[in-house]
Amino acid sequence: MYNYTMFDKDFVANRAAQFRDQVQRRIDGSLTEDEFRPLRLMNGLYMLLHAYMLRVAIPYGTLSTAQMRALADVADRWDKGYVHFSTRQNIQFHWPHLQDVPDILEALAKVDMHAIQSSGSCIRSITSDHFAGAAEDEAEDPRPTAEFVRQWSTDHPEFAFLPRKFKVAVTGSKHDRAVTKLHDIGLTLVRNATGAAGYEVSVGGGLGRTPMIGKVLREFLPRADLLAYLDAILHVYNRIGRRDNKYKARIKITLHENGIDEIRRQVENNFKLQRARFDGSDQDIFARIEGDFEPPVFKQASIGGYEATRNDDPLFRSFTDTNLHPHKNTDYTIVTVSLKAHGATPGDASSAQMRALADIAQEWSHGELRVSHEQNIILPHVHKSDLPSVHKALRNAGLATANIGLISDLIACPGMDYCDLATARSINVAQGIATRFDELKLEHEIGHLKLKISGCINACGHHHVGHIGILGLEKRGVESYQITLGGDGTETAAIGKIIGPGFSADEILPAIERLIAAYLDLRLDASEIFLTAFRRLGPAPFKAAIYTDEVKNHAA
Amino acid sequence: MTNEATAQIITANDLLSGEVVYLSDAGKWSPEHGDAALLGNVQADARLSEVQKSDPSVVGPYLAGATQRDDAPSPIHFREVFRTKGPSNRFLGKQAHAV
Repeated sequence: MYNYTMFDKDFVANRAAQFRDQVQRRIDGSLTEDEFRPLRLMNGLYMLLHAYMLRVAIPYGTLSTAQMRALADVADRWDKGYVHFSTRQNIQFHWPHLQDVPDILEALAKVDMHAIQSSGSCIRSITSDHFAGAAEDEAEDPRPTAEFVRQWSTDHPEFAFLPRKFKVAVTGSKHDRAVTKLHDIGLTLVRNATGAAGYEVSVGGGLGRTPMIGKVLREFLPRADLLAYLDAILHVYNRIGRRDNKYKARIKITLHENGIDEIRRQVENNFKLQRARFDGSDQDIFARIEGDFEPPVFKQASIGGYEATRNDDPLFRSFTDTNLHPHKNTDYTIVTVSLKAHGATPGDASSAQMRALADIAQEWSHGELRVSHEQNIILPHVHKSDLPSVHKALRNAGLATANIGLISDLIACPGMDYCDLATARSINVAQGIATRFDELKLEHEIGHLKLKISGCINACGHHHVGHIGILGLEKRGVESYQITLGGDGTETAAIGKIIGPGFSADEILPAIERLIAAYLDLRLDASEIFLTAFRRLGPAPFKAAIYTDEVKNHAA
Repeated sequence: MTNEATAQIITANDLLSGEVVYLSDAGKWSPEHGDAALLGNVQADARLSEVQKSDPSVVGPYLAGATQRDDAPSPIHFREVFRTKGPSNRFLGKQAHAV
């Protein structure tokens, strides 16, 4: 992974020291809250419903074991012994005290971590494929590009006060696991007809109250032109993006109002000016970064014990059936560790679990960990002969839930249990669904399903791109849950459609049960997943199942 | 919000701990909703404006509807009810302090 230079280390340590001074001045009254607020937000410190929340960046979801241990130490020393992995590959501490935050940032700086640009109208932490550098289907590792863009965007003086926040995602696989089409800029590593490396650049994707799928601005951008082209997009957005209405300030609206052709014309014009500023030295930096992402030295060993254990141990077989993904090296595999034990809070991990994950990664995954936007932890490089040991260690830590890609592997934002913007809770709905389908012993029968829950229209729970999405709202003074169907966050991206009126907190689980029962009846066979069945049949039969006559009468 | 709101309280988060606090009749911040001063609309606006200008010990003060119940002000909106307790998925926050 990327090794911080002395420049990086000094920069992060200095920011922590600056923030210590700012916090002190807020506490002694030299700064008002209005003056302090933008300073704390620039360092990832929010005020939520019950307490402060500190959001720490995990650039492109890559964590070392030392970093995971340091995060666990922060949770124990300054928080309440647990953390929340967010839907943007970040980590959130939900109970820090203001006076402790400088110490937390100083502790994190020692392991090359920070909370810079994890809030505010700036370019946020760069996200990527959580299987980067490991997946069999990957054409090229996206992390050098993600790190390159992170360096360019960090503390970029011109883009510190954009019209609104700005999110960039990078993938190197034709299977889009990084939701690139729903980002302000999505970069896909591609090769042109002559085999030269470059990017397909999409722009203007986003969730929130106006969900939009990104449009391709450039089908092939040569690698050497990346920063000049990003500069051009951001220049155009910074100049013509709307600042009069925060709900119309994201680049998706700029694109929608001006049209892709006009945006392309302006970007290409600006790009000519930007490109003249580059002398190629940025490519030397890119090459140095690339060197930091050399794959580990894979071991040569027999994988015979793996199949034998699968035959002997049904729990191990179930785990390896659901939680593995093919690795580039066929003797290796990618293990996804579920943070969705049935009934648990999606994305939460205790400090003990974090240390166990660090130990497991140290011994059996070449010291690497990844965080997925689906709120799980990845062990990217596990030799198949080590899987029985890994499984045993995960079981001991309460981390061996075999449910990846199933209905209980749902994602949920913190909702009104923590968030001050939320209009309803989301965690309780997630817990209810996971627990119920576990009781019914149905989730393996249901198969691949992406269920995503947001506690407000800002859509941190990505409900728009859930095969089944649930949006928590307030209706007449109570929580109300709206169902969307047919969303998809992959390379076949689609925005889910609202199926009808919302349900109360008590009614939403039975409604989801009716929906799933209808799917099981309607599918051609077990290989037709929910999304495929929905695309074949349209919403009508699912709507009929959700809104029975009894429900309709009750709603009326 | 509902029409039930006949009076308002002033609430905020404590500067250091972030804990939810309520402005009492005595002008002190209390962690208990029951200690909050129930204010009429005009009075509430004036008092909030004062707090916003001159009290640096809290963050984000605002008005929330409340009603008198069992001799103490009680929250109306479910968001404010959650704020008197803490998260519903973990026994943390005020509900844990009360034990």
